[in-house]
Amino acid sequence: MTARLAPALRSTRGTRRVSRRARKALLNLAGLVIALSTLFPVLWMISTAFKPATEIYTLTPHPFPLHPTLANFQAVINGSVIGLPYWNFLKNSLFVTIVAVALSSLIALLAAIALARFRFRLRTTYLIMLLIVQLLPQQALVIALFIDFRKLNLLDSLVGLIAVYTAFALPVTIWMLRNFAAAVPRQLEEAAAIDGAGPWTVFWRIMLPLVSPGLVATSVFAFIFAYNEFIFALTFLGTDTAKFTLPLYVQYFYGQNSTNWGAIMAASTLFTIPVLVFFLITQRRLASGLVAGAVKG
Amino acid sequence: MKTEDRRPGTPSPAGPIDSPSGGGPRRATDRAPHARAVSTPLTTRQRAAIVIRRYRLAPYLLLLPATAVIGALILWPAVQIGLFSFQNYGLMQIIGEEPTKWIGFANYSQILHDPEFWLSLKISLLFALVVVPLSLITGTLVGLLLSKLGKKMATFVSTAALLAWATPAVSASVIFAWLVQPDGGVVDWVLTKLPSWLDGGPQWSGYSWTNQTIPAYAVVTVMLVWQGFPFIAVTVLAGLRTIPDELNEAARVDGASPWRIFWKVTYPLLKPIFLVLALLSTIWDFGLFTQVYIVAGALGNRDEYNLGLYEYSKAFTQPPAYGVASAIAFILTIILLIVTVGYARAAIKQGALT
Repeated sequence: MTARLAPALRSTRGTRRVSRRARKALLNLAGLVIALSTLFPVLWMISTAFKPATEIYTLTPHPFPLHPTLANFQAVINGSVIGLPYWNFLKNSLFVTIVAVALSSLIALLAAIALARFRFRLRTTYLIMLLIVQLLPQQALVIALFIDFRKLNLLDSLVGLIAVYTAFALPVTIWMLRNFAAAVPRQLEEAAAIDGAGPWTVFWRIMLPLVSPGLVATSVFAFIFAYNEFIFALTFLGTDTAKFTLPLYVQYFYGQNSTNWGAIMAASTLFTIPVLVFFLITQRRLASGLVAGAVKG
Repeated sequence: MKTEDRRPGTPSPAGPIDSPSGGGPRRATDRAPHARAVSTPLTTRQRAAIVIRRYRLAPYLLLLPATAVIGALILWPAVQIGLFSFQNYGLMQIIGEEPTKWIGFANYSQILHDPEFWLSLKISLLFALVVVPLSLITGTLVGLLLSKLGKKMATFVSTAALLAWATPAVSASVIFAWLVQPDGGVVDWVLTKLPSWLDGGPQWSGYSWTNQTIPAYAVVTVMLVWQGFPFIAVTVLAGLRTIPDELNEAARVDGASPWRIFWKVTYPLLKPIFLVLALLSTIWDFGLFTQVYIVAGALGNRDEYNLGLYEYSKAFTQPPAYGVASAIAFILTIILLIVTVGYARAAIKQGALT
């Protein structure tokens, strides 16, 4: 686009000003088109969720519901498909996610301090191990974990899911937290130590408050991972519908009822919107952590 | 261990002055000023602190929980996959009716003679070959656009894009399945309205996307580019911000076109970032599971299996063949590990370990 405008830029000063404005307008237009087409699938989901059946199965779909209805949401919340209300699955998801995030944050914080503050023999090896472990395919490991958990009686149990989510959130969480912990100036800790603070006080009063923004960013990551996770939930929870987490519920709903698109989109909306809102709230911190993680590895 | 002699209650013979003449552990107390100042006998907790400091155990203790969890739930299962792939692990073995037997490479030779394996491998490879460049090109173009936009517009576009990135895989799959529904889906409707020179027309009315391999993967491709490009765009944008303006300015003054500036200035400087992004995308797209599972309609359509689905179906449809599935999983893991090692090297070169 800029290439096409380049010859115009070389013309006289007056037209240059005009063409600069035209160029800016064109760029903004391109930005707008990209933003709207990116948002389209999510907006279409929400719009469908509010449409009555007559507007869903029509020959000329309309972008907005002409007669918005809450019937689809009511069906989902009353539990017309699985026989259990939406809240049951939200409760399962929140329980699994919150416990897994708390556990992985705590464990990762300890490891991150070790990796950021101490020099020891296996440090580099450990970091490389994390980098590789983070990318092992989950659909491969799920076979062995299924067999192990069957022996341990952890199938059809949310505890098993919590254990797996904690473990799989750890590599990325440790890796990100390490960067945050390394950024805490050493002098602060030394000053506190000179003033007579023990290692425990240094941790509570200096390290923890300064690392907490990083802890927020990493727990958002762990939260999104655990809340969205599908393969392990699918494999471990099997047919015990009462224990389903939200992603499994949405997929099951779709599989069982693949013609009731209004209700499927309502279920999907109720599952997706909390993540997106949560993401928007924490976005700024998340984006910087994300970029730091990606550019630095 | 000698400190055991000085149990609480035993009167300390001479206090701190005497201690340097004592054994090794006692000398350690010198380095702990608190223990010295209070000349009372050591508690268990203090003694533990001394041992930790003396042998520099602190980092290892801090790493212990993480290592235990990762070891038990990620590394050990990875080893088990390797072991199971050489065993006849099936239904009888998992319910404990028959013992597992070592059967050498039988599982592997069974897979290599299965045309379904080769088809699924081909699908996985072709899919990654299409999706990775598409996501990278789209992401880079959007990243370049973001760097040219005003601050407000850039924030708006990147937020909108990152919302697509943050949409859960299950939701994205269900949404796309709805968009391409033959009955009421918006994609078929738009295609019928397109002018005929754009291949639009009534033949698209009621066109079913998800029942055939290529149309189904076309849907997954668009979905994956939609979900994948925001991360790439934001990363490229962050990279672009590290390039000093003077470089671009100098190139522009010399009369270089934007196309030339990109290939001669931007690309060489951002090459390490592109490498990392390409390898990461390859790992994600080659090992794709959730989106294909949902769009292809669970495990019903064997023609649409990629490597992940093929493996999963061997393990979790009746009768289960965990040994065979493990062998496929092992092959999948090895392929991904090769890419991962490349990724780790690229990331380390970029200073990930510093």
